[in-house]
Amino acid sequence: MEKRKRHQTEEKIIEIGLILVSTISILTTIGIVITLFYESYEFFMEVSMIEFFTTLRWAPVFDPPSFGVLPLLSGTLLIAVLSSFISLPLGLGSAIYLSEFASKKMRQLIKPLLELLAGIPSIVYGFFALTFITPLIRQILPDTSVYNALSASIAVGIMTLPMVASLSEDAMMAVPDSIRQGAYALGSTRLEVALHVIVPAAFSGIAASFMLAISRAIGETMIVAIAAGQTPTFTLNPLESIQTMTGFMVNMALGDIQQGSIEFKTVFVVGALLFLVTLALNFIAKFVIQKNREVY
Amino acid sequence: MTNKIKVEHLDFYYGNFQALKDINMDIHQNKITALIGPSGCGKSTFIKTMNRMFDLIDGTKATGSISFDGTELLDKNLDVVQLRKRIGMVFQKPNPFPKSIEENVLYGVKRHGDVPKSEWDELVKTSLKKASLWTEVEHKLNQSAFSLSGGQQQRLCIARALATKPEVLLMDEPTSALDPIATAKIEELLEELKKEYTVIIVTHSMQQAARISDYTGFFLNGELIEFGLTKTVFSNPTDKRTEDYITGRFG
Ligand SMILES: Nc1ncnc2c1ncn2[C@@H]1O[C@H](COP(=O)(O)OP(=O)(O)OP(=O)(O)O)[C@@H](O)[C@H]1O
Ligand SMILES: [Mg+2]
Repeated sequence: MEKRKRHQTEEKIIEIGLILVSTISILTTIGIVITLFYESYEFFMEVSMIEFFTTLRWAPVFDPPSFGVLPLLSGTLLIAVLSSFISLPLGLGSAIYLSEFASKKMRQLIKPLLELLAGIPSIVYGFFALTFITPLIRQILPDTSVYNALSASIAVGIMTLPMVASLSEDAMMAVPDSIRQGAYALGSTRLEVALHVIVPAAFSGIAASFMLAISRAIGETMIVAIAAGQTPTFTLNPLESIQTMTGFMVNMALGDIQQGSIEFKTVFVVGALLFLVTLALNFIAKFVIQKNREVY
Repeated sequence: MTNKIKVEHLDFYYGNFQALKDINMDIHQNKITALIGPSGCGKSTFIKTMNRMFDLIDGTKATGSISFDGTELLDKNLDVVQLRKRIGMVFQKPNPFPKSIEENVLYGVKRHGDVPKSEWDELVKTSLKKASLWTEVEHKLNQSAFSLSGGQQQRLCIARALATKPEVLLMDEPTSALDPIATAKIEELLEELKKEYTVIIVTHSMQQAARISDYTGFFLNGELIEFGLTKTVFSNPTDKRTEDYITGRFG
């Protein structure tokens, strides 16, 4: 009886502790969102939304300043899309190889390697892009700027690839072996089993890994700050120098700006936009995953 | 009486462990052959040699000969995809794909691409009918296979195997996860199926073997102790160990 009572109090304390901990993280998030949107509101008291969302020049510290955010948005999307061309197919390909083709030994060798790769700080990838990828691109395409979106995208793609591979492989390995056996027994080749049975069965996990990779690419700061340039350009040409939303924010944060100034507020308004883009992406992903869910 | 499959001097190894020892057996066409024996005696291993499923396990080796209508199944260069199309398999636990009922039935056909699209609907219907599942699912072919009960799932797996038009059906304890009613359904079904197919079934139930099979093989420690007409094996076994096993004196 006594013992049971003690257990109950213990459980209660643990429960309250856990609630407290999760409340802290929720409150922090709410705090960040409120700050973002409050400063954005202030920003829009001075700059019209129409200018912000429709004009094509981003020069907040110039005289006269202009506040067209589209160049930053296009820069971010360019990096996200181009890096996805590398990380998603190669990541999924690696995952398929690892889970369906590789021998156990091979898998045990490669899996930790992938996780190691995923742990390299992004600044290293940034310098790798600037000192290795960029010269390579310029050798093939001499007109390329020293700072360009392509080089940064390749580096971001390589950086996010291990994460896609590792998470997708986890999802594919989680598909019960009995299903795999069933497919082989019906006369499927390895590739057919992988593409027609395992990948669809693991779809929600794979989609989640894709989502995470794209979110990482959108939020990636160091690589783009180092290798993509600091020229807000509204362009889809990956060989030009561009600036992304995060690139702009880090650039501003490094200079000295006065609190309450319009430059100060631009950082928050861009941050808010970044937040909304990531949120929208999350919702889309949730929807896609829900629609294609296969339970087993 | 025709031999569909002829097994001669079959030895099988998992690494260094010999799981089958000098097996000789004739599988007769359009008959049901039951394989019985205590757990771990090699029944599953034996049927897995016939569609080369053991290829998927590292370190396995089979020697001797398994001749299927004159084709040597243990030939290294054999096209196993074609083989598995001709020799279908149903597993102990129902293992439908996480797809719709219809997609499950059509899976093999889509991979092999040998049935025109215009005949798919008909194939789904006939396969499900043969597995006596049609009336239960005809209005929900697009629903997930996981919405079915265990017994229905197992019949779906049978339909899925039948859809590729195999000649032989291997069944590894297909009713062990099912209740008596679902089991009775599948046993009834087997009676129908043997008109068109040759069936090899592993079972832990003596009654089931006695009820449904024409031939019975008794395995013990990787050896085939006794093989013959079910009637004979059950009423008049030649080996003492067979008799002991059948009468439940060891297990
Ligand atoms: N993948 C494997 N690797 C190594 N040994 C195995 C493997 N599969 C089975 N064995 C061994 O081979 C022997 C025969 O196994 P098998 O699965 O064929 O038995 P079974 O007669 O089907 O038994 P049960 O009635 O329990 O299903 C057992 O001793 C088992 O431990
Ligand atoms: Mg078995």
